[in-house]
Amino acid sequence: MNTAHAPVLELFKLSKAYPSAKGPAVIVKEFTLNFAAGEFITLIGHSGCGKSTVLSMVAGLTDATGGAMILAGKETNEAGPDRGVVFQSPCLLPWMTAFENVMLGVNQVYFTASKKDRRELAEYYLSVVGLGNAMHKFPGDLSQGMRQRVGIARAFALQPKMLLLDEPFGMLDSLTKMELQEVLLELWRRNKLTTLMVTHDVDEAIFLSDRVVMMTDGPEAEVGDILTIPFARPRIRTEVMSDPRYLEIRNHLLDFLNERSHIRPSRIAALHAAESVTAADCPAPQAALRAH
Amino acid sequence: MKLFYQLKLDAILLPVIALLICLGGWAIIAGHGKTTTSVDDWGDKVTKTERFGLSKNLPSPAETWTASKPYIMEPFAKRGELDQGILRFAWLSLKLVAQGYAIALILGTPIGFFLGLSKNFSRAFDPIIQILRPVSPLAWLPLGMVLFSGLKIVDGNGRSVFGTSDAAALFTIAICAMWPTVLNTAVGVRAVPQDYLNVAKVLKLSKIKTLFKILIPSALPYMFTGFRLSLGIAWLVIVAVEMLIGKPGVGGFLWQQYNANSYAHIILSILTIGVIGYILDRAMSMIEGRFRSA
Repeated sequence: MNTAHAPVLELFKLSKAYPSAKGPAVIVKEFTLNFAAGEFITLIGHSGCGKSTVLSMVAGLTDATGGAMILAGKETNEAGPDRGVVFQSPCLLPWMTAFENVMLGVNQVYFTASKKDRRELAEYYLSVVGLGNAMHKFPGDLSQGMRQRVGIARAFALQPKMLLLDEPFGMLDSLTKMELQEVLLELWRRNKLTTLMVTHDVDEAIFLSDRVVMMTDGPEAEVGDILTIPFARPRIRTEVMSDPRYLEIRNHLLDFLNERSHIRPSRIAALHAAESVTAADCPAPQAALRAH
Repeated sequence: MKLFYQLKLDAILLPVIALLICLGGWAIIAGHGKTTTSVDDWGDKVTKTERFGLSKNLPSPAETWTASKPYIMEPFAKRGELDQGILRFAWLSLKLVAQGYAIALILGTPIGFFLGLSKNFSRAFDPIIQILRPVSPLAWLPLGMVLFSGLKIVDGNGRSVFGTSDAAALFTIAICAMWPTVLNTAVGVRAVPQDYLNVAKVLKLSKIKTLFKILIPSALPYMFTGFRLSLGIAWLVIVAVEMLIGKPGVGGFLWQQYNANSYAHIILSILTIGVIGYILDRAMSMIEGRFRSA
């Protein structure tokens, strides 16, 4: 078997349910997705649809209540530094400088390396994200965008097998956002990291990813549709945006979010099965499928 | 009026006015002595001092000042075991408070951490803490005496250096002063943002590292609030403790002067206790503020 093409991460029927008075409340239902090595996948959906829950399960911060997660051939269900996580708020520890924040992780992962090597590693990633001059400042003295740069540097400095980004640019103004997207792409290209990013920004999803996974509305959120983004890499923003396919892709995503995100493929499939028995029973999903 | 506010005179003037009002009120209530000389039936001259006033035994501000002068002007004098300068007494009290306070912090902080970290520990011990917390130092001291009865540490000359009453005093200060530290530390630990704990989880930090790199720094501002409140209580308790066991110190002096009918010194002691308590609180607030901004 060709290991190069084996998925780095397999999510098989990953589910999350919380117990409630009226039986279990299912947030995410049977989420199945395979990640090829070095693939950049974006998870897009409405707020509260459960996309962050999926990421949190992959990160190991939330326990899945069903299904399995196989990372590099091994089943995992707890957090670890083999998955670098960038949170929506950068989650820097305010009592440590930017450098110390990165070192906290580096020390943990490379405890066998010499102190000098570890410092160099942290310094390297901090300068790559453009914080060469500000690395000894405390988070309180950094702008929101700079803090998120530290968050990205911290995740990359661990040299993880996977990168998980939970709406990393959600709290930034659009200029800073675009800048950081470039920083992220550059680092991603150099490190060839398999990446899962959660966002609700359609343009961001198109510009960054290889595949965009659209999630249906919660509860019982599942994979609604998957779209492959055809643009060649390295991507240049202006070229991507002027490509005629860009608008088509964008419309497809927006159409899904606006019109179809409440339709569950699994239910349509179930109805399809029923349809073969009683043909005239289900006009609504039929229409939805045709519209697709 | 504008100039008045511009020069910020109100910040100085208003407290001064308030002080004068209080002194005036005190002077009105306080009694004053009147010495009368008369010739009695036997032809001898008799001088009698009688006190008049709303509260005739309460010394007036002037009397208080006259009586307190030697204690304030020579604050470190030692004329006898129970006749020392006021700052010397304060120093003795502070030493005792420091010891009891140290015990309170050493015991209280870990208990607070356990309460904050473990729901079960919290459920188990919270009722006990809530019951013990409001108990007055006056109630704890006798228990301390019983608990440490017979304890006696003697120095080379056979003199007792640390006895039952010393142990009971420390016990009382520690157990009364401990609760704010316990409760604030617990709150601080519970308030550690989930984000920070996620960082610890993602990096797979060990328990010890999580404690020292995440939990303690994050809870520190809360802990310091507890430390400050604890110090306030420790200082409050010292007076009661010294009164009961008769140790030299501000509180001991106060009680002894009451028994000696030297009422002016009671007021001196009260003011000293207040001023020192205020200074301690300000000092702790400053330290607390530094940790908060860091």
